[in-house]
Amino acid sequence: MIALSDYLILGAILFCISVAGIFLNRRNVLILLMCIELMLLAVNMNFIAFSHFLGDATGQVFVFFVLTVAAAEAAIGLAILVVLFRSRRTIDVAELDTLKG
Amino acid sequence: MTFEKFLFYFFAAMVIFAGLMLITRRNPVHSALFLVLAFFNAAGLWMLMEAEFLAIALVLVYVGAVMVLFLFVVMMLDINVAEMKPGCFIKYLPVGILIALTMVVEMVMVVGPKHFGLDIYASPVPHAPGYSNTDELGSMLYTTYMYPFEIAAVILLVAIVAAIGLTLRRRPETKYQNPSKQVLVKRDDRLRVVKMPSESKMELK
Amino acid sequence: MEAILLTIVLSPLIGSALAGLACMRVSRAWAHWVTIIGVGISCALSLYVLKLYALDGQAIYNHSVYTWMVSDGLRFEIGFLIDNLTAMMMAVVTFVSLMVHIYTIGYMHDEEIGYQRFFSYIALFTFSMLMLVMSNNFMQLFFGWEAVGLVSYLLIGFYFKRESAIFANMKAFLVNRVGDFGFILGIAAVAMYMNSLDYAEVFARAPALKDAQVDILGGTSWSLMSVIGILLFIGAMGKSAQVPLHVWLPDSMEGPTPISALIHAATMVTAGIFMVARMSPLYELSETALSFILVIGATTAFFMGLIGIVQNDIKRVIAYSTLSQLGYMVVALGVSAYAAGVFHLMTHAFFKALLFLAAGSVIIGMHHEQDIRKMGGIRKYMPITYWVSLAGTLALIGFPGFSGFFSKDAIIGAVHHSEIAGSSYAYVMVVLGVFVTALYSFRLLFLVFHGDGPRDEHAREHLHESPWVVTIPLILLAIPSVLIGWMTVEPMLFGDFFKQAIYVAPEHDVLAEVGHAYHGQVGFILHGMMEWPFVLAMAGLLTAWVVYLFKPELSERIKKAMLPLYKVLDRKYGFDEFNQIVFAGGSRLIGRLLWIFGDRKLIDGLVINGSAKSVALFAGVARHVQTGYLYHYAIAMILGLLGLLTWFVYF
Repeated sequence: MIALSDYLILGAILFCISVAGIFLNRRNVLILLMCIELMLLAVNMNFIAFSHFLGDATGQVFVFFVLTVAAAEAAIGLAILVVLFRSRRTIDVAELDTLKG
Repeated sequence: MTFEKFLFYFFAAMVIFAGLMLITRRNPVHSALFLVLAFFNAAGLWMLMEAEFLAIALVLVYVGAVMVLFLFVVMMLDINVAEMKPGCFIKYLPVGILIALTMVVEMVMVVGPKHFGLDIYASPVPHAPGYSNTDELGSMLYTTYMYPFEIAAVILLVAIVAAIGLTLRRRPETKYQNPSKQVLVKRDDRLRVVKMPSESKMELK
Repeated sequence: MEAILLTIVLSPLIGSALAGLACMRVSRAWAHWVTIIGVGISCALSLYVLKLYALDGQAIYNHSVYTWMVSDGLRFEIGFLIDNLTAMMMAVVTFVSLMVHIYTIGYMHDEEIGYQRFFSYIALFTFSMLMLVMSNNFMQLFFGWEAVGLVSYLLIGFYFKRESAIFANMKAFLVNRVGDFGFILGIAAVAMYMNSLDYAEVFARAPALKDAQVDILGGTSWSLMSVIGILLFIGAMGKSAQVPLHVWLPDSMEGPTPISALIHAATMVTAGIFMVARMSPLYELSETALSFILVIGATTAFFMGLIGIVQNDIKRVIAYSTLSQLGYMVVALGVSAYAAGVFHLMTHAFFKALLFLAAGSVIIGMHHEQDIRKMGGIRKYMPITYWVSLAGTLALIGFPGFSGFFSKDAIIGAVHHSEIAGSSYAYVMVVLGVFVTALYSFRLLFLVFHGDGPRDEHAREHLHESPWVVTIPLILLAIPSVLIGWMTVEPMLFGDFFKQAIYVAPEHDVLAEVGHAYHGQVGFILHGMMEWPFVLAMAGLLTAWVVYLFKPELSERIKKAMLPLYKVLDRKYGFDEFNQIVFAGGSRLIGRLLWIFGDRKLIDGLVINGSAKSVALFAGVARHVQTGYLYHYAIAMILGLLGLLTWFVYF
């Protein structure tokens, strides 16, 4: 039988993959945004697993809202990206350093 | 190895494979497509965990809307694929792997079988065939979590307004109608009565 | 009685205020009349009080007039203690002050801007001195002490546009301050151990503390009464100019001559002597303190006299003479012959004030020329001044019959009989001092008044006797200089005059032993003429006559022969240089070091600028964390997460 820990470990692995993705990605802001989506997926996995094993639907409700907010955030993030591209003509992360101290 | 277990491992492997591909692809379109694959397999996993509504919602909303949006933006931005420098990636690879591995090991220590194993959390009994996950979610959503539901709606509205507000630009040469101006028009803006003397008879030759 | 005492104290003050607080818009005549009337009333009433006490045997008056505050059981009051000692002091102070006031009309005649100010100051001084001598508690004593120091400062720096005067008045005030520091420590010790500042209470509680010990300076245990005695005497050393706090007195001659007479001969410098005599119940309990006083006084008496021989300014000679005579008074106090010390105080007040005022008369006549080498033969032109100066000088050297003789011989006799530590040294010093006194006094007299006239023709033309406002006070002071010794020696020294005011322990009572041999004034004189002091005084007179009148060229040869000694004396044993270099220079050096290192480098540089710079430095380094790269920020977040994770997993 599938134990709760299996799902949790899966979520952990996904999360760490996306962390590595953020760290290693030097080229593309888009990849960054996609890694964030992956992170959210890992978290959702956790929630659903707990909801299933504890028999409480609260976890799924939470995932519902996470989905909503993730969608909103993706939209706005992409809008910002578009505007950024219009002014900078590049989405190379290494060239976005005008805020440096 | 029951079928359930096999399914679990298959879907899990696909998700992880998709994630790894996502972060290593050079072409962003490929990365987006791999993310779609990850979502599909995650939906499958969720189906296994009897969260059917959310699984479908994942596919419909996330893949259908958000990932499409991603692809739109990827296609819209004029990205020169050849500009991507692979050297950077290799340089930081060891450190990245190290950090990721450390995190995984630590997280597994916490959420591993020792604390969340089968003996502590037993495998739940599957629901009866007439069970409707949607019903259950809906009843909770419209009663206990009414307020967050409304706020989620507002968040979506805000997202729409923000996205449009950020990216909207008016091209000077496009012609469009402005209804408020149309309504506010006055007779004197359009019509001008000019008094002229009537013509005297002309000699037609 | 209280009304009389208040009038005595307040009338000079009112006179001073009326003359001084009108911002120089009063006329000169108004200024001098109002102060003279104020001091005159005070003098008359003081003499009346003296008569009540000396002749009518009035009981001691010890009452508080006003309670300023009561703090933790300690009372701070204004009160008067009038007994024979106080009455005598009051009479002396007010009489000499009145003489000086009248004299000043003549002396300050040519003064343009400071006339009213001067009268206001000397009347204020009279008030302060009276508060000092009439007080019945330490607080008021200290008030009077400080006030006379203040007025002395104001008067020494009277010619404030002269730089030497300002130097002198700062020096006087600062050296006095050193003495006052010891004085207030002594008062604090009294207050701490006897829980009272009132004389009567302190004297009553003192004998119980005779053997008490006190720990000072980390563990060393001292006798309490010795400590109190020495500390109070340090105040007297400052005020009465004993070695090493004597350095201010010669410089104080920068002030006008009337104040040299009033303050630095007759009254302020005697405040220390008066204080020790008043504290006799305390001093009798500590032989250490008495020996200390004795040695200091003896040193001052002899060595200061030596300097007087080589001085060329007429006022400086008399100043060093004052220092020497103060040493004599202190020696008397040291051998517990308080009555003799106070008696010498009284006689000295008269003849020293006389000598100063006479010197002032000479200075007026010589148009403010003060170098005695430029004078000579003045007795032909200023006879009155000459005769009174002669009277004063004879009193000073202790010529038999004059008042100084009785007081000085009493002191020498008392020292001879004393057995406490240091008394033999003191005896030698005091006897040799008689020779020295005679030498410099007659040197002064001969050089100024005898011999040929001054070489300067212009000065010779203008020499004439001073006006009556100057000469009348001289004569009025000469009379007591001659007579008062004869008249008062018996009751004061060997009688009951000071019985209730001064306490002498039986084992220290040397005056009683001197008194055994006393059989009246004539007997005293005849006995004195067979003793060493008389011989030495005559020897001094003769030597001065020979060296300065008979064969003037001898003075030059002696000076060349004893050049090293002359140089040492001329430099006043190096005290002034020592103080300038070590204390003044040292303080300035410490100040400079503290300024350069402490203030500039440490506080400004390190703390203030340093903290600002370190903030800037830190910010300069820390800003590199803000790279602007998104993934760096993400890494930071992830690393933080990793840290937290590790923490929670392992701990």
